[in-house]
Amino acid sequence: MTFTPSELLAVMGSRQLKNDTTVFVGVGVPLLAAALAHQRHAPQLTMVIEGGIIGPRIKPGRLPISTNEMRAAHQAQMLPAITDTFLFAQRGFLDYGFMGGAQIDQYGNINTSVLGTDYWHPKVRLPGSGGANDIASLCKEVIILTAHEKRRFVPRVDFVTSPGWVDGNGSRAKAGLIFGGVSRVVTTLGVFGFDPETRRMRVEALHHEVTLGTVRANTGFELLTADPVGITAPPTPDELQMLRALDPDRRFLS
Amino acid sequence: MKPAAHDFVAARRRLEAKAKSAGDKLTTVEDAAARVQDADVIAAGGCLFSRTPMALVREVLRQRRHGLTLVRNLMCTEGEFMMVAGAVERVITAWMSIGLPWGVSKIMREYVESAKVTFEEWSHLALGLRFRAAAMGVPFLPTLTMLGSDLVPVGGMKTVQDPFTGQVLGAVPALFPDVALLHVHRADRFGNCQIDGYPHMDADIARAATTVLVTAEEIVPEEEIRRHPDRTIIPGFLVDALALVPFGSFPHECYGLYEADYDHFEGYTAAINAQGSRAVTDYLDRYVYAPANFVDYLDLFGPDRLRRQHALARELT
Repeated sequence: MTFTPSELLAVMGSRQLKNDTTVFVGVGVPLLAAALAHQRHAPQLTMVIEGGIIGPRIKPGRLPISTNEMRAAHQAQMLPAITDTFLFAQRGFLDYGFMGGAQIDQYGNINTSVLGTDYWHPKVRLPGSGGANDIASLCKEVIILTAHEKRRFVPRVDFVTSPGWVDGNGSRAKAGLIFGGVSRVVTTLGVFGFDPETRRMRVEALHHEVTLGTVRANTGFELLTADPVGITAPPTPDELQMLRALDPDRRFLS
Repeated sequence: MKPAAHDFVAARRRLEAKAKSAGDKLTTVEDAAARVQDADVIAAGGCLFSRTPMALVREVLRQRRHGLTLVRNLMCTEGEFMMVAGAVERVITAWMSIGLPWGVSKIMREYVESAKVTFEEWSHLALGLRFRAAAMGVPFLPTLTMLGSDLVPVGGMKTVQDPFTGQVLGAVPALFPDVALLHVHRADRFGNCQIDGYPHMDADIARAATTVLVTAEEIVPEEEIRRHPDRTIIPGFLVDALALVPFGSFPHECYGLYEADYDHFEGYTAAINAQGSRAVTDYLDRYVYAPANFVDYLDLFGPDRLRRQHALARELT
């Protein structure tokens, strides 16, 4: 079965989520990935959405475009205030933070604020953190899902909106972020992790028929490699069918 | 010179000096909005395109306020209106645009990149904790969020050492707005307010602000509030003015009552893509300044559209 890059991302993302866990999830491909995991191998996964939504059931064909609307809250189990929703994560109740596309650097820091070097006089003003900084700061483990493009994978982000491993080594904990950190970056080319010491990004596995050369050509910094580098199993017809049923209009999967 | 937005002593004194009446608060939205003054720090309830106090925002614009600071956790079209109308000189927020399908707000880019409007960014939780600290009457709250990021110096978050363990924590300053603009599902005429669905940050904002202005989808008899007091999230003595405005968030959503009008956003953003901020000027003329009241404003959308959005909401809740 053929599939689009977004479908590949959603399937590979879904496989990262274990059963009996909780996930703080953004809309778009991350939400589809979490919903797929819930339907397929993680029936006891609870989704938490930053608009103040716990345990929703996504209605196929009525996918939310924001984290705070009725489509995101359909059949939810609880609708707490936004601040209290994030405080579940600060307390340590959130196993995964599941975030979407971004400018990302070799330490897993993310920029969604400004392009340019002066925050107050930006070359390009981007929408901002929203809850991304909080998810990156407070969840036990952060997983980033993103298209793999050279312009996104930069040596150093212009502005650290959401901290990954900051400057590597122990700098994250030193800044006061004593919990969590980015564990995985799932892209359209492969699955990436971080060296346990230096916290630099490394290739863990390549998707079917992707070469290390392709990955390097699409990355703006030097990547480390795990030993050995694995190969992911391609999306199965079963996974793709379930995923497509969630987004029949292909709003996020095309 | 006004006291700083995080001055908890001044904020406390303002409340102590203020009448906290259990009396009738019901008035018109025009009269309610007239309590906003130039250069005020105003906080809007709801989140993004959910339960936005659109009728109050519209009236603040009609009264040609300027020099305002608008605080809202996630900002949407109301922020763009205030920028283009020249009402705001600063926004304090975690995120601004309209929604995923429409990309980065071109209006925000134009006004912030040219430094016409200052964009003070906080993480979503940090901004929520600023309201929470103010709602608690304390000058700051400790937190584990926003540390190690470049957001720290932007809004002036500091660090504090835990006196018990020695751990470094973030310290977010309280934010006491001059005025809160809120839209709720129902209230009695004394301003006891109930919200259905996600409560966003409205309860904290109502406690944080000096003056609280509310619009409600429905004004119910006192007995109905007293029958379900557990549902009340803002007590009447917090509220200064209340107005009845059905569809008061439209074209944004109100949980269970109407879904956001995505088709309307589509047309609005298409016009901006074609004409830039000029399209918002035209939009404000048509939707804000021309209609004399909110009923005339809703007529521009038409009853069929309102019925459709209501039906869509009922399918989801």
